[in-house]
Amino acid sequence: MTSPIPTVQAKAPSQGAFAFLFAAKLDRWRLAAFAIALLIVIPLAVVLSSFLSPEREIWNHLAKNVLPGLLANTFRLALGVGVGVTLLGVSLAWLTAACEFPGRKFFSWALLLPLAVPAYVTAFVFVAWLDFTGPVQTLLRATFGSSAWFPGIRSGGGVVLVMTLALYPYVYLLARNAFLTQGRSALEAAQSLGCSRAEGFFRVALPMARPWIMGGLMLALMETLADFGTVAVFNYDTFTTAIYKTWFGLFSLSGASQLASVLVLLVFALILLEQFSRSRLRYTQAGRHTQSERIRLAGWRGGLTSGFAATVLLTAFVLPVAQLVLWSASVFAQDFDERYLSFLWHSLYLGAIAAGLTVACALVLVYAQRRHTDPWTRIAVRIATLGYAVPGPVLAVGIFIPLAWLDNHLIHLSKTWFGHDPGLLLQGTLLVMLPAYLTRFLAVGYNPVESAMQRITRNLDEAARTFGVTGLQMLRRVHLPILRGGLFSAAALVFVDVMKEMPITLMTRPFGWDTLAVRIFEMTSEGEWERAALPAVALVFAGLLPIALLVRHTETSR
Amino acid sequence: MMTTPQCPLPVHGATQLELKGISYAYNSQSVVRNLSLRLKQGDIGCLLGPSGCGKTTVLRVIAGFEKLAEGSIVLAGETVSREGYTLSPEKRRVGMVFQDHALFPHLSVAYNIAFGLKDWGKAEREERVETLLKMVGLPNTGSKYPHELSGGQQQRVALARALAPCPSLLLLDEPFSSLDVDLRERIGQEVREILKIQGTTALLVTHDQFEAFAIADEIGVMNEGEIQQWDSAYNLYHRPANRFVADFVGEGVLMPGVVLDERQVETELGTIVGEIPLACGAGCQVDVLLRPDDILHDDASTLQAEVAKKAFRGADILYTLRLPSERKVLSLVPSHHNHAIGEKIGIRLAVDHVVTFRKDQYSGLGAQG
Repeated sequence: MTSPIPTVQAKAPSQGAFAFLFAAKLDRWRLAAFAIALLIVIPLAVVLSSFLSPEREIWNHLAKNVLPGLLANTFRLALGVGVGVTLLGVSLAWLTAACEFPGRKFFSWALLLPLAVPAYVTAFVFVAWLDFTGPVQTLLRATFGSSAWFPGIRSGGGVVLVMTLALYPYVYLLARNAFLTQGRSALEAAQSLGCSRAEGFFRVALPMARPWIMGGLMLALMETLADFGTVAVFNYDTFTTAIYKTWFGLFSLSGASQLASVLVLLVFALILLEQFSRSRLRYTQAGRHTQSERIRLAGWRGGLTSGFAATVLLTAFVLPVAQLVLWSASVFAQDFDERYLSFLWHSLYLGAIAAGLTVACALVLVYAQRRHTDPWTRIAVRIATLGYAVPGPVLAVGIFIPLAWLDNHLIHLSKTWFGHDPGLLLQGTLLVMLPAYLTRFLAVGYNPVESAMQRITRNLDEAARTFGVTGLQMLRRVHLPILRGGLFSAAALVFVDVMKEMPITLMTRPFGWDTLAVRIFEMTSEGEWERAALPAVALVFAGLLPIALLVRHTETSR
Repeated sequence: MMTTPQCPLPVHGATQLELKGISYAYNSQSVVRNLSLRLKQGDIGCLLGPSGCGKTTVLRVIAGFEKLAEGSIVLAGETVSREGYTLSPEKRRVGMVFQDHALFPHLSVAYNIAFGLKDWGKAEREERVETLLKMVGLPNTGSKYPHELSGGQQQRVALARALAPCPSLLLLDEPFSSLDVDLRERIGQEVREILKIQGTTALLVTHDQFEAFAIADEIGVMNEGEIQQWDSAYNLYHRPANRFVADFVGEGVLMPGVVLDERQVETELGTIVGEIPLACGAGCQVDVLLRPDDILHDDASTLQAEVAKKAFRGADILYTLRLPSERKVLSLVPSHHNHAIGEKIGIRLAVDHVVTFRKDQYSGLGAQG
């Protein structure tokens, strides 16, 4: 059964990659795909090079005073969020996928809603509620006297709680999908072999879903490592906030870069884990997609389950959003002015440009992969879509450094040749920001376009060709109509992600380009929760759009 | 001393499974109606029918996955299902082989087979797995994973897994439908041999009559939730109890005829002589079942028919012939008799088993094509 193909493929790259690259086969599509892949390789290489050639002084300071705390904080956070999202995500997924309880249909999709709220928004609402001056502690003091003890909300526990509530939907979504598509026959086979249904969950359903659960967990952990806004609200230092402070507080770009390099190594470890879990996905399918009869949870068990789901939904979505709306209403008259409109405009503008750019690049990658099945193109596409795992501050630093270097050389050239100082040409323009957005969100745009392209089979192309439809006409009459849905979802997803994006925007925005997310950062750093609510509400409503797409997709594909 | 991990030898002749007038409804739609059957220890039974006839439901009710509306199921002397009571599937000791095999993808072949043996000792369990792997012809594959096996191998592992805990009954739900046609018959016969060696009582469900013929001792043809006829393969083909069975099993057409006496029926192809299994006197209007092998090609015959269609089947050609009356009949002819469409060829009747249905019953069977 061993086919000779893998060995042949394994050999191909080593046979003169250089010669291959410059062979006549290198056409526009492939060239473009390589260029896009370079876009992510460059910032990572820049950042990593600072790890390989550290500036002694800064490195010693960081290693001694900063890194141990950061590593401990990051580890605690990742561990806490990892355990939290797994418990919450898997239990809710199993309950909604395999059991029947009051309100199950509603909770099935509603439990995805917390994805619409950026974690940093949930974070500041929670801090406002639970802080010393917040309503909860005030009430406690009023009831039990001023000595009433309360755990500090700005602690590791608080961040873990908020991030768990914000990120559990990743695990929930993937685990639920796994449970739903497992088919009933595997569980029934277990039963016919003497396993009760509860035993079947642990011996069959859970192990079969493990690759999906791992996938969701990895996504959640990548978001955790990349998070900037939430930990900033809690004053809980992790790599992202440390990079920001080193750059904009200590004005040490090389220090920021060295911190970023450590973060990149952590991210690489996650990517490896994720690739591993992904490679096992295809082997874990058993049986047809027939839904088995749900386990009926009647009486108090059903009530308890509904109560559990409702509690999660209330704390992760309903109550925070209600609070945001109330606060917004209270500051609306005072804060809704031209400045607010300019924040909104900047957010929409950046989102739209980035979405257009990203979808165009995604389309290039998809076509390159469709036309070329060689391993080099495949690797280029894989690399180009890895950016989702790289935290924004890393990209900001990694793209800023080479552009600043280029800038200085341009100024130098201009001065020596023309005797004229043109000032900064690249820094402080969208040229830093847009490539960073593009690398970070390319995978978000790539996936929907890619799955739409899968529907255009080679036979379809050939069928069109037999009718004399080729070239641009083929694109217009066959490809675009089929791809339209995928392109639209891709653009919508990127658009919303860019609107919510905080660290890249904060670190690389041109002067005066404040967005809704930047406004939230500024207001929350001053503890002005009510005033942060107004821009947050806009982000939440924008965030509902991709969730609606997702819900429609998951509900119809069953 | 350790006991050999073998199942206790069954007692032949005792009733192992009995369905007593079972009915099942889904969303107030009746799926199985008042169905009864009985399997003796070591018998291999089969439910054969078109999709949607309720056969898989019968299997699922026996396994305990569905609840009965009426009737009862007795398994090895114990009532496991009746109205208002359903023993849960894991307590029934009923093995099941699923249409899609349903092997656990996260477990190796050996662990798949050992899945139902968790109460066994380690050594016994390992020996039992070895024995079964050898029995299904897959020694040394224990450490492989299901996705590394071919469809036929997965099928055998699924069988070994179901047989491992010595089930008192084995159920097979369209077990060969996912296999290539070439493989089906071979695996089918292998499965039959294995079941016979083990003395396992089994009930198979399929829509493929050749699968049923290859494996089962007795076959029940099902339609609309009822068993139409419970009989041997030979009798289903040659002595169908009603028009549905005649239509579903094998090919053929119904030809109108008039009964002359208890041994003769007059049709437009001539007089058919034989035992007429019908309480119907002379002059009675009937339909006579004519199988393709009942009509022979004979160049010497004066009876001529025009070739309307032909289907080449290798050794034979199945001709659809148009009679002077425009009525069509089927004839299976050795394929060296190659005639063009439109050509007239001579035919004659050679009916070994006369099957007639009274005219006043519904007629679902016409010339095919």
